[in-house]
Amino acid sequence: MTSIAKPVIPLVALPKNELGLSIRDYEGAISTLCAGCGHDSVTAAISHAFWELSTPPHMIAKLSGIGCSSKTPTYFVRGAHGFNSAHGRMATIATGANAANRELTYIGISGDGDSLSIGLGHLAHAIRRNVNMVYVIENNGVYGLTKGQFSASADIGSRLKKGEANAMAPIDPVLLSLSMGATFLARSFSGDKAQLVPLLEAAVAHNGFALIDVISPCVTFNDHEGSTKSYRFMREHEVKEIETDFVPIRKEIRRSIADNDATEVTMHDGSVVRFRSVPEGYDPYDRQKVEDYIRTRQDRGEIVTGLLYVNEYAADVHALNNTPLQGLNSVPYEKLCPGSDALTKMQQSFR
Amino acid sequence: MEPTNDRNPDYYHKVVDCQWACPAHTDVPGYIRLIAQGRFDDAYMLNRESNVFPGILGRTCDRPCEPACRRTRVDGSPVAICRLKRVAADLKGDVSERLPAIPSQKNGKRVACVGAGPASLTVANDLLPLGYDVVMFEQYERPGGLMRTNIPEFRLPEQVLTDETQVIIDMGVDIRYNSPIASMSNLLNEGFDAIFVGVGAPRGKELHIPGRHEETGDSHIFIGIDWLESVAFGHVDQIGERVLIIGVGNTAMDCCRSSRRLGGVDIKVMARRPREYFKASPWELDDAEEENVEIIVNHAPKRFVLENGILVGMEFDVLSWNENASKSEILETVFLPCDDVILAIGQENAFPWIERDLGIEFGEWDVPIVDDVTFESTLAGVYFGGDAAFGPKNIIWAVAHGHEAAKSIHAHCSQLDVRDREPLTMTLESTKMGMNEWRYHNDYNPSSRQKMNHVELSKRFASLELEVELGFNPEQTAREVQRCLNCDIQTAFQAPLCIECDACIDICPVQCLTITENGDEDALRARLSAPALNPAQALYVSAALPQTGRVMVKDENVCVHCGLCAERCPTSAWDMEEFELRIPYAGDSGLLTIPVRRSAKSVSEVR
Repeated sequence: MTSIAKPVIPLVALPKNELGLSIRDYEGAISTLCAGCGHDSVTAAISHAFWELSTPPHMIAKLSGIGCSSKTPTYFVRGAHGFNSAHGRMATIATGANAANRELTYIGISGDGDSLSIGLGHLAHAIRRNVNMVYVIENNGVYGLTKGQFSASADIGSRLKKGEANAMAPIDPVLLSLSMGATFLARSFSGDKAQLVPLLEAAVAHNGFALIDVISPCVTFNDHEGSTKSYRFMREHEVKEIETDFVPIRKEIRRSIADNDATEVTMHDGSVVRFRSVPEGYDPYDRQKVEDYIRTRQDRGEIVTGLLYVNEYAADVHALNNTPLQGLNSVPYEKLCPGSDALTKMQQSFR
Repeated sequence: MEPTNDRNPDYYHKVVDCQWACPAHTDVPGYIRLIAQGRFDDAYMLNRESNVFPGILGRTCDRPCEPACRRTRVDGSPVAICRLKRVAADLKGDVSERLPAIPSQKNGKRVACVGAGPASLTVANDLLPLGYDVVMFEQYERPGGLMRTNIPEFRLPEQVLTDETQVIIDMGVDIRYNSPIASMSNLLNEGFDAIFVGVGAPRGKELHIPGRHEETGDSHIFIGIDWLESVAFGHVDQIGERVLIIGVGNTAMDCCRSSRRLGGVDIKVMARRPREYFKASPWELDDAEEENVEIIVNHAPKRFVLENGILVGMEFDVLSWNENASKSEILETVFLPCDDVILAIGQENAFPWIERDLGIEFGEWDVPIVDDVTFESTLAGVYFGGDAAFGPKNIIWAVAHGHEAAKSIHAHCSQLDVRDREPLTMTLESTKMGMNEWRYHNDYNPSSRQKMNHVELSKRFASLELEVELGFNPEQTAREVQRCLNCDIQTAFQAPLCIECDACIDICPVQCLTITENGDEDALRARLSAPALNPAQALYVSAALPQTGRVMVKDENVCVHCGLCAERCPTSAWDMEEFELRIPYAGDSGLLTIPVRRSAKSVSEVR
């Protein structure tokens, strides 16, 4: 929270994207979150990614549920469509919106409470349907909005501000989604925009459900000694062995000789995700290996970040349901709803 | 880069562009905030501390502060600093109680000041409270020097000038009017402990071209500053209808506008070079042109044309200049008829009254050799300041010289080394009042620069005394004060507290903050959130940050001091701290005598 809105300074020349917009055009209202909240950095990263991709603001739909995290869509891309749903139901609204108008870019922002407790069932089904959207979990391990109780993502042994340790096993959104067949899985850290921005861009380019679990420290209730989701803990335990670049479709791909071994994934829209380095034996298309790698590192107390798994060839929600190529919102009403005669005719056919 | 040493007062001083550019280092944002609060007396006194003549300078200053003003880089035009200074001076009440007290017991030292202009008066202002006897020799019957003789009353009302000069004289200057000094040698023999020469640059430059000295009868060719002086003292009260002004500096502007009021109708200011090379301040050019004075470029005077010994006009070579105006060629020669010509092509120092065998050495151009820090000549105990020291500058420079010379005189009279100067120091004090609450108005105000209202053109020329600028009205003042960006409220950073959450970087409206790996300056400048393109503005580089060892870098160029970085900082690593430059004046080092408190400002130590 700040006392004043971020002012617009006339002469300060900020760079423009292909639409002639500056990053200020991809900002939203002034944040009312706590000073230093990781979510504000995620917000800034999202603004940056959409600005860099030159996505027209009116072609973006931003959705959320309930929680500190779910306030954040207010704070980016003020020109986008928005929907603030009931607690845990963001995935369902996104699915419906996506079905109605497949032409928008969908980004849902959720938190560890919204997604891993009340909304876990809906998250699971959005993954199952491979809804074409970016699903960001701003994961801080606590319920910040209700003063800092452990959430479902709190690690065993992680301590609250007053000292008590968590005893229950955490739900890891990445491992969970991996086991359920998610097609784009990444983990990142709000304090590392250099990594987070390209991941967001790649997630936007991905055709299907792209989940990014962003460790986003709660500066008020979970940034102390003993927390496993603090800025300091992340900086000491983050493992960045998987390095990826995102090359937008419009940019010429330059590669140095050293990059020759790099694996490239061409995304649905023609842009490219390039794995600059991965640990030996790592295969980002092999679910079993990915899971082994994440678990092995987790057992060592390390948090692996980067683009962990990608499958660009899975059918998305529209392919699975054989929906028309144009958005349903632009299909003529008579076609969408052929009338009672047609209904009667169809019902007759079931007799 | 090495971490920035923000304990060096120069670093934060430089961030306050106006104060850094001002020769007297006036605390501009400080007094603008006082004006914003309606504290005109306080604003006036804060001004007076450094620049001594706020009322005069609020109308006549050459404003080195304004081109430097950060607001120019933010919305294209600087804060109207000078006009706001005038607001404080116009609206102040009686401040006599707050002027430095003059001790009844003197310290036994006598100082002579030659000339009663701004430099000498500043010396007297600084030395009288310390118990000095100051004797001031003035060639005319009234004080003020060039401020009186060369600045017309329609720009600087006589009352304003008299008020501010008299305040100093009333501190107890033993002023001797109509007393030009004819011999330095004699003055030295009078046993003063120190002598300050503040006689200005009293000689207008001549134009030696054919016809200059061939007039018979009354001359119609005048030297600008002499002519202005005659106007000021009422010796000249009319001029011909067609007047040519040669030269295009600020004196030329005063000459053409004075001519307009003394009967001139067709007035042309003749410039040799194109407009971008004019010496006059842009606003003075605007004011002259508003009064239908024609400014003609690329005309070089060739000769005065006389008929029967009477001036009838001038011939000019019309020039064509190359791109950077270093070379010209003559296109043609033209004749311009006129009744009078005023030469305003510069002025120079003249010291016919200083004998050359006294130990006061003269250098090139026949001007005395003066130390640019102590203002001492080669003869210990003799000081020069104002235009007399380094040639024609502006009032604010004379004031700055006066302060420095007073310090030297005080050291000299205390048998101390005049080169041993007290350094500038600073105080930094948090402006935090509470959660996101500051002791200053931190929101950016988008108002544009307020335009000065002038007396209507039709009424303006009725008298020479009618002040043209009306001053800001309350609404204009209220808007203009909010344009100041409070550059003295510094973004102070404490690296050990930073958790690198990026909150400050995300919120900064001008993207002037970056956390990055350290490197050399060029590398850092290229690597910032927004590339730092103005190398004249410093980069702040923090010590290594605790979690990653990277550094916080701030490009000072367009920071608007909105304080959002500090509001968003969860650990108070950023704070908005008021920088106050402490300028040592004579007596502040407690050398000789009676300590004097200049003003009732709080003194706080650097944290």
